[in-house]
Amino acid sequence: MGRKNSGAALFLMPSVLLLLVFFIFPIILTFCFAFTNMALTGAAAQSLEFVGFRNFINMFQDPDFRISVWRTLVFLIFSAVIGQVALGFILALLMKEKNVTFRRILGIIVIAAWVTPEIVVAFCMVSFFSDNGSLNQIISWIGLKPVSWLFSFPMVSVIIANIWHGTAFSMMVYQSALDEIPKDVEEAAVIDGATGFQILRHITIPMVKGSIVTNMMLVTLQTLGVFTLIYTMTGGGPGTSTQTLPVFMYNQAFVNYQFGYGTAISLVLLFIGIVASLSYMKSLKIKM
Amino acid sequence: MVNHRFHRNIQYAILVFLGICFLAPLLWIVFAAFDLNARQGIKLPTPFSLDNFSAVLGDSGNIRSFGVGILLSGGQALLVVVVSMLAAYPLSRYEMKFKKSFLLSILFMTSLPITAVMVPVFQMFLYFKLQNSIFATMLFLTASSLPYGIWMMKNFMDSVPIDLEESAWIDGTSVWGGLRRIVAPLMLPGIATIAIFTFSGSWGNFFVPYILLQTPEKLPASVTIYQFFGSHGMVEYGRLAAFSLLYTMPSVVLYIFSQRYMSKGFSMGGATKG
Repeated sequence: MGRKNSGAALFLMPSVLLLLVFFIFPIILTFCFAFTNMALTGAAAQSLEFVGFRNFINMFQDPDFRISVWRTLVFLIFSAVIGQVALGFILALLMKEKNVTFRRILGIIVIAAWVTPEIVVAFCMVSFFSDNGSLNQIISWIGLKPVSWLFSFPMVSVIIANIWHGTAFSMMVYQSALDEIPKDVEEAAVIDGATGFQILRHITIPMVKGSIVTNMMLVTLQTLGVFTLIYTMTGGGPGTSTQTLPVFMYNQAFVNYQFGYGTAISLVLLFIGIVASLSYMKSLKIKM
Repeated sequence: MVNHRFHRNIQYAILVFLGICFLAPLLWIVFAAFDLNARQGIKLPTPFSLDNFSAVLGDSGNIRSFGVGILLSGGQALLVVVVSMLAAYPLSRYEMKFKKSFLLSILFMTSLPITAVMVPVFQMFLYFKLQNSIFATMLFLTASSLPYGIWMMKNFMDSVPIDLEESAWIDGTSVWGGLRRIVAPLMLPGIATIAIFTFSGSWGNFFVPYILLQTPEKLPASVTIYQFFGSHGMVEYGRLAAFSLLYTMPSVVLYIFSQRYMSKGFSMGGATKG
């Protein structure tokens, strides 16, 4: 037993070391730096001081922070919960029992958007929404006037971009969950005279409820950390209209060089992540 | 029955509509890449030309950025596979006191947003003079994908029957030899899956190298393509599209590969019986 345990320690050491230095240590640093006036420029750059809760007091008084929290929520709800989770489910449900070739082609198109790296997604979407872009081409066919999407509806644009990029994941999760529902359950319901909607509500959805909850948590966590897509599409603008928490954090730390303040924002982000992560684990109900 | 067919047609119509919505932005980038006069809107490439690709590939800086990207993501994928395999072994095979809490912490870490720690990580890199180091960036990326790697690797390893190893031990193989010569080859599909997921994730990662690396010759393709977009993107749509397409290729190819590995699954069920 003793020999085995020392062997185990040896096997685990590289992982533990890497995780301690590059994962846990930065998280501890987040907690420490958030209470300092750390900055790269100005008077604070010379003397690092402990400032207590000042960053947090400033933060909660900062209208930019409050509006960033609000925008993050809007982004989460519309692009993750309503967008990817619902659209992914609709796609998986409608694709069920359709022509195999049709399913495959549609699957490839949706998954292609998911496999594409975030930054390329941003380019595709910037051109799609631009003044002379595809979207305005399409709406001009129906006789509508072109719209400056990225200026007039920046939030809608980044939300649609994220839905476009992320939906395939949810779709695949639901496809495999739907495939596992035994056929005879639904057949029995049909014989008993249930309508399609009744089957969906009382049989299909309850049977895939587990995957819906787990998938929703995962997508929410992923969406919470979205930086690249928004930063490269709009840079948080125009003005600050698409400045979600990650972009706000970046701007405070790397544009204004207010690292203490930036880290305090990180801590809020981390805290939301921890809560979401714990509820995700709870939803898994792991047996070990 | 008529009602049923009507419903089915509506469902097809919705799916076709959604398919077009998903296809349009992709079509633009594919068409624009082959079009010297590409604009923001979709149009067929006339005349069809490969000049955008040769212009992108003719720039040594672009080629270098692909090389750096392969080095960074490839090195990371290799490290993740080796390190997580080592960690997965005792977690899968040994009885340990802290196993459950260790695994729970690992699972917890898989879902934390990395974005949130980038500011202190930058500070840490600055303090230890690690900024602009490809190797340190690789180590950070490795650590950030380790929780996921360990979790997956442990699950893959659990499905390798221990009997095979035990008979090898009787034949005089060491624990290490058993892991290398028996367990690892049997879980090759799992290892490939983890390697591919790690590589693709990091190949597409823009934020981490954007923060941790500075000098142009050390930047991987994800950052170089962003800078290209910043300086020429609003004019040379064709080149940007060609660059994007070249940059997307590895992700697509690796995804197709991973599908092949995953559909093969594990055929070791019968290994002990035969």
